Amino acid sequence: MNQTKNSGLNRRGEKLIENALVLCAALFIIIIALITVFIFARGLPLLLKVGIWDFLFSSDWRPTKGMFGIWPMFVGSMAVTSVSMLWAVPLGIITAIFMAEIAPFRVGRMLGNLVELLAGIPSVVYGFVGLIVVVPFIRDFFGGNGLSVLAGGIILGIMILPTVISISRDSILAVPKEYKEGSLALGATHYQTIRRVIIPAARSGIITAVVLGMGRAIGETMAVVMVTGNSTVIPSNILAPVRTMTSNIVLEMGYASGDHQAALFATGMVLFVFIVFLNLMVKFAAKAGTANGKN
Amino acid sequence: MDNSIKMRSVDLEVFYQDFQALHGINLEVKENHVTALIGPSGCGKSTYLRTLNRLNELIEGTSIKGQVYLDDISIYEKDVDVVGLRKRVGMVFQKPSVFPMSIYENVAYGPRIHGIKKKNQLDEIVEKSLRAANLWNEMGNRLNSPAARMSGGQQQRLVIARVLAVDPEVILMDEPASALDPISTSKLEELIGELKKNYTIVIVTHNMQQAARVSDFTGFFLNGYLIEFNRTSELFVNPANKKTEDYITGRFG
Repeated sequence: MNQTKNSGLNRRGEKLIENALVLCAALFIIIIALITVFIFARGLPLLLKVGIWDFLFSSDWRPTKGMFGIWPMFVGSMAVTSVSMLWAVPLGIITAIFMAEIAPFRVGRMLGNLVELLAGIPSVVYGFVGLIVVVPFIRDFFGGNGLSVLAGGIILGIMILPTVISISRDSILAVPKEYKEGSLALGATHYQTIRRVIIPAARSGIITAVVLGMGRAIGETMAVVMVTGNSTVIPSNILAPVRTMTSNIVLEMGYASGDHQAALFATGMVLFVFIVFLNLMVKFAAKAGTANGKN
Repeated sequence: MDNSIKMRSVDLEVFYQDFQALHGINLEVKENHVTALIGPSGCGKSTYLRTLNRLNELIEGTSIKGQVYLDDISIYEKDVDVVGLRKRVGMVFQKPSVFPMSIYENVAYGPRIHGIKKKNQLDEIVEKSLRAANLWNEMGNRLNSPAARMSGGQQQRLVIARVLAVDPEVILMDEPASALDPISTSKLEELIGELKKNYTIVIVTHNMQQAARVSDFTGFFLNGYLIEFNRTSELFVNPANKKTEDYITGRFG
């Protein structure tokens, strides 16, 4: 008797917790949905008024005169992101391989802590370091005023390294040790094993790391605003100043109103769609990995 | 039949940091015979197996005393080429470790890393190895499908084909049938019987019936010591040591 009463109570408690969890999840989904709806509601009318083509591919950004072309900013985002990926992705992947496969256990763990530290530094600090160290360095050695695509790419690269390294490392560590032993037992060298068995087996994880790093680079704002000069012209080379889409929003939101404000929301929409697209790519890469027969 | 000794260990001791995993192991592996190593979990039989191709070195903090010989080469000497050693002493693991590639690429992997590039030469090795592993009839027309889609027993035979492709002299097997169903197991045991015509085989197994079925010689390990080593027919019927008798009659382990 007593027992059944107790279990009844337990069942009620269980139900309560379950409902609370459902509520939290629902709340989360509602918040995301509201943000999405809000951005689109604010941005879409202007986008349709200007025309999607003109908005994306016109080079004139004169919001006070009603000209809203974000092409220079789109190019700017791509340019800064590309420069950062160009050096940070190879360095990050190689570092991850070193940490997971070559470094002694203690060294690997120490490097892991350093990477976590790198990830924890606020972006304004990176921007500040960029402004004080990287920008003058570029000015003195390469010319121009230093505020440039290159400065943005260097700082952004440092900022995406932790993402690239930690996700790549985890996917390499997740490769079953049987693969490694099986390869070594056939007389393969450690390097052959890494190149021909471990990296291919970890490929989907490494692609995920690269795409997430790219997403982070495109979305980053504060540090980029501080070191890139922010002029709204298409950069002619990597020493020219540049403005990214994120910078565009943060620089003008303080005084924008009416169509101008709507144009900033529309810029946000473009970023939003871009990031969603990147996330879909990650899902696709992960699926392609499992289809290749990784258990 | 040829009775020469292919591999032997002399006063072999293995340490994992402070823990001594093997104590003074003296054991001879006869050419073209199957040698089984039995004993309860943690007795050192797998550790011993891994000293024979120096795969134990992958674990940080492992040290070794004594000698292991392959023919007349002491394999722990400084100038011994580990890659060459592992080419001569192949290994099959407990969990089928097929690589995430096609069946063909799995078998061609070994020859490729050892420098064979010609397509027709690789084709020939792949076919020969798959035939030798009794897998050609089942898989010969599916060479390009992913190896991971095969059954566990087929995967294990593929791993054996992959080992055969680098043309080893000794094949080490670490509980190769423990993850397989009875039918796959009997196919594997049949294969082991065929392989010993051309290769020397050392097999670690939990399963005493399996040791009795497939091996010519058996060594019984306990707590890091080699308790008894003899012809399989002798050891199972007439064990000399009380501990061996207790183990094979199922009194412990």
